[in-house]
Amino acid sequence: MAQIPGMIKGLAVTFNTMMRTFKNGSNTVQYPREKEAPPIRARGVIALHEDNCTSCMLCSRSCPDWCIYIEAHKELAPPRREGGKPRAVNKLDRFDIDYALCMYCGICVEVCPFDALFWSPEYEYSEPSIADLLHDKSKLGEWMETVPAAPELEVGADKKKK
Amino acid sequence: MISLFAVEIPYWGQSLLRVLGGLVAVLLPAGTIVYVFLFKMMSFMQSRLGPMEAGPYGSMQLFAEVGKWLQKEDIQPDNADKRIFRMAPIVVLMSTFLLVAVVPFGPDAWFTDFETGVFYALAVSSISVLGILMAGWASANKYSLLGGLRAAGQLIAYELPMVLAVMGVVIQAETMNLQQIVVAQNAGSIFGSDIVGNPYVLTQFVGFVVFMIAVQAELTQAPFDMPIAESELVSGYMTEYSGFRFLIFFIGEFATAGVFAMIASTLFLGGWGVPFSWFGWTTMDSVDNWMNVAGPLIVFTKMMVLVFLIMWIRFSYPRFREDQLQRFAWKVLIPISLANIMVTAVLKVAF
Repeated sequence: MAQIPGMIKGLAVTFNTMMRTFKNGSNTVQYPREKEAPPIRARGVIALHEDNCTSCMLCSRSCPDWCIYIEAHKELAPPRREGGKPRAVNKLDRFDIDYALCMYCGICVEVCPFDALFWSPEYEYSEPSIADLLHDKSKLGEWMETVPAAPELEVGADKKKK
Repeated sequence: MISLFAVEIPYWGQSLLRVLGGLVAVLLPAGTIVYVFLFKMMSFMQSRLGPMEAGPYGSMQLFAEVGKWLQKEDIQPDNADKRIFRMAPIVVLMSTFLLVAVVPFGPDAWFTDFETGVFYALAVSSISVLGILMAGWASANKYSLLGGLRAAGQLIAYELPMVLAVMGVVIQAETMNLQQIVVAQNAGSIFGSDIVGNPYVLTQFVGFVVFMIAVQAELTQAPFDMPIAESELVSGYMTEYSGFRFLIFFIGEFATAGVFAMIASTLFLGGWGVPFSWFGWTTMDSVDNWMNVAGPLIVFTKMMVLVFLIMWIRFSYPRFREDQLQRFAWKVLIPISLANIMVTAVLKVAF
């Protein structure tokens, strides 16, 4: 008997939700036709800014499921100063992320010391075949365009020291 | 149903018409219930829109689902008792079709006019327990068996309050014929006022509540869905069923909801009739012929109201535990309905 007021309240909750959906529409959207904007800092896909990458392999080694494949070779670049020795730089041959393995932990983005990896909110990159989820550096580079400007820092947060 | 037509129809013709009528009376409400309540109302209660792609507002979704189920492979487990396995869903659906046979839809629009219609309806409705037990046993699966046993325990427990709740109606109407129960409600009066007739939902309110709770349990709808508990029994007795056999179970579930709601509207809400005093009718014979057309629509409307109640409760409440479920039937519903019978009998004699 003591439960009855609560039971009636429960019925009212579902009924009121139904009437609210009738009047104001639902909380969901009809996905392929309308899209919700992803929240800020959404982890959609990892984009690569190739020029910043020095193929230091930190991301690849810190990846928990080893889904980043990097290959590079050394090249001689012109010296910075007049009369100096040519510099040896790493030239990226291959930078692949296997999104079939990636678990979107973001450790690679955090660990990258040269700001070469970024989170992009892009999420529509499903493929019919699982092998097609291995994306190479040109594809990862295209996603750089979708990377939003870094959001405002929270109040009191330390500015990154250059 | 026969006197609707001026021409004399041979017996086979009548039988054919009855079968077609039965199909319409079972499948049309089932489809409507699935779309209106299961697809749409449930979605709205969860603040989403439900199926929207198939047809306008997703109204053709059910046909898409049926098409999908019909295409699926018909899987029968190796160790299953194959004949029983195949029979079980048909037994469940059959009880629904047998049940609709006694529902009156108008003064002449009925399938059968049993003298003991209430008795028949209550007896036939429990055939589905057999089908469920058969399905649970023949699947050769421990989850199915557990689900089947739970279903049997639950359905038998809730059969009793259901029967006892109807007793009050039978005592008040002085008949077990559903047609005459309808007439008794619509021609009756409460304390001399016949403005709404005497629908037994007013005088037998306790019986109505007990009946609807028992119906909820008989249909294994939440909060009484212990037998098909997805989280622990993976759909219970339906675990091994796929394709069109699952479809038959699915239709059976919602068709039975519709037919039980029709029986409840006949017993408690005045069935096909409107209060006879509105049109100056007094007895069955003075009812105008157009009621044969309006009657089914009235029954359908009342059925939708009752199914709304059933589904509303289904979508609102969590599941009972097995012991709570049994205790509720034996220690609450049965004593209440017994007391209801006693009070009804005393008042019947007193007035």
